[in-house]
Amino acid sequence: MAEEKAKGKKKEKVPRQKMLEQKPEDRVQNFDEVPFGYTPELARLEAGRCLQCKKPKCIDGCPVEIDIPAFIQLIYEGDFMGAAHKLKEQNSLPAICGRVCPQEDQCEKVCILGKKDEPVAVGRLERFTADWERAQGEIEIPEKDPPTGKRVAVVGSGPAGLTLAGDLIKKGHEVTIFEALHKTGGVLVYGIPEFRLPKAIVQAEVDYLAQLGVEIKAGHVIGRIKTVDELSEEGYDAIFLGLGAGLPLFMNIPGENLCGIYSANEYLTRSNLMKAYLFPEYDTPIAKGKNVTVLGAGNVSMDSARTALRLGADKVRIVYRRSRVEMPARIEEVHHAEEEGVEFHLLTTPTRCMGDDDGWVTGMECIRMELGEPDESGRRRPIPIKGSEFSMDCDLVVVAIGAGANPLLPTTTPGLELNKRGYIVADEEDGKTTKKGVWAGGDIVTGSATVILAMGAGRHAANSMHDYLMNGQTTWP
Amino acid sequence: MFRILEKREMAERTVCEFKIEVPDIAKKAQPGQFVVIRANETGERIPLTMAGTDPEAGTINIIFQVVGKTTGLLRSFEEGDEISDIIGPLGVPTHVEKLGTVMCVGGGTGVAVMYPITKAYKEAGNHVIAIIGARTKDLLILEEEMKAASHDLRVTTDDGSYGHHGFVTDVLKQILDGGDDVKLVVAIGPVPMMKFVCKMTKEYDVKTVVSLNPIMVDATGMCGACRVSVAGKTRFCCVEGPEFDGHQVDFEELVKRQRAYLTEEKVSLDRFMGQIPE
Repeated sequence: MAEEKAKGKKKEKVPRQKMLEQKPEDRVQNFDEVPFGYTPELARLEAGRCLQCKKPKCIDGCPVEIDIPAFIQLIYEGDFMGAAHKLKEQNSLPAICGRVCPQEDQCEKVCILGKKDEPVAVGRLERFTADWERAQGEIEIPEKDPPTGKRVAVVGSGPAGLTLAGDLIKKGHEVTIFEALHKTGGVLVYGIPEFRLPKAIVQAEVDYLAQLGVEIKAGHVIGRIKTVDELSEEGYDAIFLGLGAGLPLFMNIPGENLCGIYSANEYLTRSNLMKAYLFPEYDTPIAKGKNVTVLGAGNVSMDSARTALRLGADKVRIVYRRSRVEMPARIEEVHHAEEEGVEFHLLTTPTRCMGDDDGWVTGMECIRMELGEPDESGRRRPIPIKGSEFSMDCDLVVVAIGAGANPLLPTTTPGLELNKRGYIVADEEDGKTTKKGVWAGGDIVTGSATVILAMGAGRHAANSMHDYLMNGQTTWP
Repeated sequence: MFRILEKREMAERTVCEFKIEVPDIAKKAQPGQFVVIRANETGERIPLTMAGTDPEAGTINIIFQVVGKTTGLLRSFEEGDEISDIIGPLGVPTHVEKLGTVMCVGGGTGVAVMYPITKAYKEAGNHVIAIIGARTKDLLILEEEMKAASHDLRVTTDDGSYGHHGFVTDVLKQILDGGDDVKLVVAIGPVPMMKFVCKMTKEYDVKTVVSLNPIMVDATGMCGACRVSVAGKTRFCCVEGPEFDGHQVDFEELVKRQRAYLTEEKVSLDRFMGQIPE
């Protein structure tokens, strides 16, 4: 008890530990990751801040219910490998979550320390632990349950599909992942840039699943090469659809099909998946704007703006129709973008795009907005201010205003109910769709959301699927 | 990895055909659909035409014109070599039905796309008149195949070295004037050709379908690189096309978008040419 007390005293003095990171002026010159992560010393110092609450709130704040105090305690004790194993009990992708989860809205938001002081840096500790384990090169392959003889097809290899595959292979089922692109990882490889999530980390997580015995079939567009019904006929007992959102939204303003106007999906896919930032070493080109405008203010907008800087832009502006408080991006992402020199033009929206004779964009006409009454999203509705039009020069535009549902698979799958926005209707608790033996989760159900929410959906669907596969496959709503 | 079983060069080595082992795609592919190919680890994803499939043998035939680095690299592949990725079948298949007289107009490598479509219209019981054209005789492709796939094949060359001296639209006009009750024209080829065919058939009020070939990246509806304006609306060619009502397509926009990376394409090609020993 005396020791506990002494520890408690020490905790109050230790501030939340920062990660060292690349300086803004250096990092805009490269695609390397921005933060370097904790050293073991910093990690133990930060871990020592945790109060080890008897009734921890952080676990409830986590969509996959990681035993947060337990893994932090193991870090504090210096048992980093033990901490890694503890993490992996609940989260098969900790190196990814430690980087891209919005912890400030989840575990860290409810941390008791955060009431008077800053919360424990759970995300940074998670990242440290996963990176430490990977650096040791001794990734533990857990014991699998005896084979059940059941076969599961997972459509899409993003965070939802990878989580579900990891859970079910450990429970003794045969799992096959079908990925439409030539590389696995979904949004983790085509969407999130290298400087925020190194692709080697995603590859390590995918390799881990392969080591566990998951069969991975890339370049398989389900809905075209095979339908969902054909997967059933081939003997898959349960099918999970983790397709992602896909279909990029545009503004529907005149001139939007000019060259040099990209959807964020295209811009990021060219740079991240196809490695256009290494052109001509890699064959895929990307337009390198000097004066870039990014429409929208979510995480994808920040990723696009920061990519544009790294591709050599002199000026990058974010144009957003609402104000700063409504920006959907994580504070950390906005902060990083501002540090790197991205300008924010708030309460502004484009009304048309102008181009030259070759069909290339040269500028946009914009209008100022003001905020009115709240809309159905609860945020104040932006209203155009009459007569406030002005023009803005730019040679590249990235439209990052969200994504709709890709119709390719849903339209070839009879019996699958969609909502009015084209997303798949699935039970919120267990991910069951209206089609027997088919589950869905992630952005194709919720619309654009976060990596961890998709993982949570994968986890819940995995539990429900396991139950269904082991209990006679009869129950269906 | 997908093995090239046969290689054939045509049209003075400007066009190349591969027979490739891809059983799953061969089983599923239908006329009008395409595949995306990534030649190797550093390669780009490009959409390519299937000129035929053999579901039993598990093979598909792809035909491409050598225009830049990627197609140049592909041509350097030999029988037995492997292609990193082939993804498909993609796009909406051609809607084939019995209509009466159908005209299939193909230009350049568009003839390759046209070939299985022509065959399908004939098999569906239509009277099929085909026109294929090229700049000069030696650049014509698939003449024998198109002859077999149609009831009546007309050939044109721009320089008069073979067949009718002139453009496919000349022969199209003769036939439309000739009193045949043409129910549908399918036109596939370079954009200017499709544009002029559509301009003409609009005057005759004959429904015309074109197959578009914009730049694509993922080709599964995710990126919007392939967006085209049809009837004033933006459509994604990869998942909603590649076939559209030719009278509604904004061909000017398509041409501009196809030329978006000319500078980079030249950089890539020059670099490639510098790497291969002559």
